[in-house]
Order: sequence, then structure tokens, then C-alpha cells
Amino acid sequence: MEPDQIAIAERVAEEHRHHKKAQFFWVWGALLLMTAIEVYLTYQNLEPIKMLTILMGLSLIKAALIIGFFMHLRYEVSRMKWLTMCSVVACLILMTIFFFPDAHRVVTLGVK
Amino acid sequence: MAESTVHDIPSVYEPSLFGTYSKKIGMWLFLLSDSLTFGALLYAYSYGRISTANWPTPFHSESIVNATIMTAFLLTSSLTMVLAVRASVHRDSKAQTLWLLATMLCGIGFIVLHGREWSKLIAEGLTLSMFPAVPGQEAASEFASVSKGVPQFASTFFTLTGMHMLHVTLGVIYLGVVALRRKFIPILLVLWLVAWLATPAYSPFHYGAHILLIAAIVCAIILWLKPKVYDSSDVEVAGLYWHFVDLVWMFIFPLVYLMSAKIL
Repeated sequence: MEPDQIAIAERVAEEHRHHKKAQFFWVWGALLLMTAIEVYLTYQNLEPIKMLTILMGLSLIKAALIIGFFMHLRYEVSRMKWLTMCSVVACLILMTIFFFPDAHRVVTLGVK
Repeated sequence: MAESTVHDIPSVYEPSLFGTYSKKIGMWLFLLSDSLTFGALLYAYSYGRISTANWPTPFHSESIVNATIMTAFLLTSSLTMVLAVRASVHRDSKAQTLWLLATMLCGIGFIVLHGREWSKLIAEGLTLSMFPAVPGQEAASEFASVSKGVPQFASTFFTLTGMHMLHVTLGVIYLGVVALRRKFIPILLVLWLVAWLATPAYSPFHYGAHILLIAAIVCAIILWLKPKVYDSSDVEVAGLYWHFVDLVWMFIFPLVYLMSAKIL
């Protein structure tokens, strides 16, 4: 690595040394708990739209915990956080806009 | 002359725009592009589901329990990975290797359970035309009608979960190289032989196992051309990839399994 890269890597490692071990166990416990809730709800035979809403809500919370704590994004500079998250969310929104109206249109047209 | 002048200046480097080292930024950019790959596959699955009135819900309680254990394996592997990163920044190389090996074991557990489930579904008739026919398979089995009536289900299911399984497999190999370096190559070759010889010729894993052989050759070339001791930055970057694989499963598990459960 270049000298500046070594210096940055050492600074990042120094920041990581201050992270408490216990917080990782809390996040892991929360992720397992939310997974257990998801499985429990599956056995309750909820109506699909309600089920999908709850499951996707829980999945987004789980994703935020993994990105924030395990991938350490919450400790990065705000420029890094905003640019990475905004770009991927913008692309996914574009996919949603183009995909789903078309999926419903196929049903409406009665294509078998 | 001009070149030597530039190199004589002690501080020619600009400060990092993102406040971190280039390898990490590179991995983040790769993960962003990969998230769009998985996003497209998840959207394709959801599109098929919305646009198909008689979309099957074939997963019984046994499949749900199996997928839940697989999820627990991946979540636990993320914890062991983050502990490996922690050990690496504290320069505890022994703990770093042990946590990396624990992560790999969880990953292998996930792959084995997933492979077992795939084999069971294929034997029950949920298959693709590109998969070889299973000898003695009953045409009237439960999933045979699903494969014929709604072929999009098998196509999207095997593509999505297969792509994820490939990522987990490559992740295990990546961690193996970081943890054991050259010592991992013979282990990888043994895993390839076991996976190839232990699976029947009609199983997709019989041919899929050759990915391990290709990976062993690629890793051997890389380790031979650029041997190095991997430091905390390498472990952290490997960890980013591993957590991403876990993250993607957090969407596949509810969308594919829980939303297609048949609980009686």
C-alpha cells in the first residue's frame, strides 16, 4: 500500500479499537429476535399484503442494523454515508417505478 | 526531470474524499453494483409473483425450519466476522484466524443446508429444463405440476437462491485465503474432490463443484504472484463482502420462503 493509504488504514483501525464488543452481541440478538418474529408471523396465516408489509419493514430494520453496525457505515464520514445510500436507494426506486405498474398491467390485460 | 520533482515533494497525496482507504471504497463500490444485481433478481421474482395469479406456495413447515436455521447460520457468521475484524485491529492474529474459521464454518453450514434443500426440491419435481432428469422421479409428484404450470417459479427461485449460494461460496473461499493464505489451496482442492465425488451425476452440484477447482487455480495464481500477509484493512474489506451476503439473505428469506409458505 502507498504510505498515505497505510496511514489512513491505521487511523481506521484505531477507530475500530474503540468499538465495544457488547454492541455487536446486542445487534446479533436483535437480528435473531426479528427473524424469530418473522417466522412466528408466518405460522399465523396473516393476509398477504399485511404480511408483506410487516416482513419488508423488519427486513429494512435488519438491513439498517447490518449496514450501520456490522459494516461500520455509521462510523464513516457523512459524505460516504449519503453518497452510497442515496445512489443505491435511487436505483431501487427507479426499478420499482418501472417494474411494478407493468406487473399489474399484465394481470389487468388478462395475459395467461 | 519533472517526474522526479513530483516524487521529491513529501506530501503529494490528496486527502481521501471519503475519509478511508482506497480498498474499502473499492469494495463499497463493488457492493453497490452487486446490490443492483440482486435488486434486479428480487424485482424479477416479485414481478413474476404479482403478474401470475396462481403463484404456488409450496414450502411446508420443514422447508421453513430449514431456511430459518440457514438464516441463523448467516447471522451468527456475521457476528464471528465482526469479531475477526475486531481481533485484527487489536493485532491478535490467533483470534483473528479462529474467528475467520468460525465464519467459514457457518458459511459452509449454510451451503450444505441449502444444497440439501435444493436436492430435495429437485427430487420432488421442482426443476429446470437445464437440470438433468432425476432417475426414478415420479411425474405426478407435488412439485412437478408447479414446474409445468408456473415455470417462472422454478426459474426465479433457482436463479435468485443459486446466485446467492454462489456469493456465499466465493465468500468462504475469500475468507479462507485471508485466514490461511497458501495453506488454503490444498484444503480447497480436497473440498472440490469431496463435492464432486460425493454428489450423483444428475445433481447440479456435481458440475457446480468445479467452481471450487477454478477458484483454487485463480487463488493459487494470485497467492503465487503476490504473496502477502493480510492486515486489518484486508480483513475489514473481506468482512464488508461477507456482511453484504448476509444482508441480501435478509430479503430473500422473507420474500421467497416466508411469503411462499404453506402452513397447515
